[in-house]
Amino acid sequence: MAERVRVTGPPRRGTRTAPVREVEAETPLGRVYVDSLLREQLFTALRVLGVTLLVLGSVPLLFFTVPALPSLRVGGVPVAWVLLGVAPYPLLVGLGWWFCRRAERNEDAFAGLMEEVDS
Amino acid sequence: MIPGVDAAPGVVAMLVVTAATLGIGVYGLRISRTTSDFMVASRSVSPRLNAAAISGEYLSAASFLGAAGLLLTFGADMLWYPVGWTAGYLVLLLLVAAPLRRSGAFTLPDFAEARLASRTVRRACSVLVVAIGWLYLLPQFQGAGVVLAAAIGGPPWQSTVVVCLVVLVNVASGGMRSITFVQAFQYWLKLTALLVPAVVLLLVWFGDGRPAPAPGVLGDPAYPTETLAWSNPIAEGGTIGLYLTYSLIAATFLGTMGLPHVVVRFYTNPDGRAARRTTLLVLGLVGVFYLLPPVYAALGRVYAPHLVERGSDGLVLALPGLMVPGWGGTVLTGLVVGGAFAAFLSTSSGLVIAIAGVLGQDVTGRSFGRRRLDGVTAFRLGALVAVAVPAVVALTGGDVGVATTVGLAFAVSASTFCPLLVLGIWWRGLTATGALAGLVVGGVGSGLASLLTLYTDPSDLWLDALLRRPAAWSVPVALVAMVGVSLLTRDAVPAHTRRFMVRLHAPEGTALGSPRP
Repeated sequence: MAERVRVTGPPRRGTRTAPVREVEAETPLGRVYVDSLLREQLFTALRVLGVTLLVLGSVPLLFFTVPALPSLRVGGVPVAWVLLGVAPYPLLVGLGWWFCRRAERNEDAFAGLMEEVDS
Repeated sequence: MIPGVDAAPGVVAMLVVTAATLGIGVYGLRISRTTSDFMVASRSVSPRLNAAAISGEYLSAASFLGAAGLLLTFGADMLWYPVGWTAGYLVLLLLVAAPLRRSGAFTLPDFAEARLASRTVRRACSVLVVAIGWLYLLPQFQGAGVVLAAAIGGPPWQSTVVVCLVVLVNVASGGMRSITFVQAFQYWLKLTALLVPAVVLLLVWFGDGRPAPAPGVLGDPAYPTETLAWSNPIAEGGTIGLYLTYSLIAATFLGTMGLPHVVVRFYTNPDGRAARRTTLLVLGLVGVFYLLPPVYAALGRVYAPHLVERGSDGLVLALPGLMVPGWGGTVLTGLVVGGAFAAFLSTSSGLVIAIAGVLGQDVTGRSFGRRRLDGVTAFRLGALVAVAVPAVVALTGGDVGVATTVGLAFAVSASTFCPLLVLGIWWRGLTATGALAGLVVGGVGSGLASLLTLYTDPSDLWLDALLRRPAAWSVPVALVAMVGVSLLTRDAVPAHTRRFMVRLHAPEGTALGSPRP
């Protein structure tokens, strides 16, 4: 009695369209496709990073240059505790949410490009 | 014992947490069978569960007890710790999360080897993972001993041994799958244990007519006694204060992505997008948690000013007993002690898994003569070594400050793995030699600076600041070394680099992306 043999096919990963072949063969056109995705994703990330560093990074400088700031109060709470104890968290989540949306949109655009049959 | 803290609720809480942890661990054991299960939970963990697990793993005793204590003693500049510990996840989300998952590697050394095709870089990364992991484990074990002994009585070594044993049994028996459940449970436990008492204590404070801290009640001039100084977020003032603050920001923002117990969790996501969503959820979960320590610190200034001068790590454990009399205080004390114990336990477990994963692959999994251990046994042996070394140091070693050692782990991670990951993911020009140069320069620089901080006391204020918070200079130096040496050796860029970059960045589901599991 012959042993049971498991038969598997190659993984089905969509049809190989022309753009996909360009990327796989690393032709100049394929490199342009990949480079544009990378650049788009990196710029999206750097933009969010820039905003984060600008907003949070300016707080120490602000307190350094304006010595009267610590005595300021917002609703009875010293302003530093509001600026650093509460405010950063919604900001960070908001920026992260915006980035996720943009990054997925960039990927969808790339995936759409790869699925174009006539190229 | 901390005055006003009863031993009984603490003991009960610790037993309940231990039983629940082991219980969930055993439940998980029935599901996990193969090595792959042990290592990365078969990559089938949903973002919600995974995010709770990452947060549960991440919120260590430094967050649960340390942050409130530091805020009580030193004031607003310590707010940068929780902010940085959260923002580190945003940086990780932006630059690392999805590509790291798509790389398909199990651990940081795996990623380095896959990207650079170099066994040497792999070995350097393994050494760094173990070093950073032990640095981070040491204060966990030590802190567990000191703080829990203060809360429940008995010698510190008892609590240390208990934590080590529970962690070891838990990790060695279930691996990552059960740990995922345990860690997720621990997050919600920790949040509840900090949130419920905080709400009750705030109500008590309102009931007392919202008293303000008594001025001058804190005699020591070394601490900011005036509310004004207490509310200034630049450490120690002046340009040195500015440097210290920015260096802390650099270490925490960039160090999170290289912490071995955090990064290992990203391989458990089903795909790159799930990795991003998981990180976003972590941002929210961790952020909610960090709203609470300032509440304890502010109430501590009113109700527990005597704790400012002597070891304020006990603040969170002592405050409920000081503010709420009778059985209410007892229940709340039990809750915070349980949460603190969970904090020690979860972070330690996560670190042990990360270290054991590396040791299991690179050390205990190698063949000795003719014998070669199978994957699961190698992992268990790795776990034993991962626990034993820092446990012995914690039990026998001298006095290493919890905050100092944790800060050191962040600085070393930011100076080594951060440049490696960011350049490896975004820059084609990285070579193995360049990566190695950066790892060595960053690791030796930040490590040496921190060792000098631990064992010497420079009189020069600037030198002291530069050594105490090295990240602001050690990260750029490592980055420059990595880029510079890579450019010098640009002929040695691995041949598969372009293909690997496509795999890191192309979404799953396209013909180019890495296959879905």
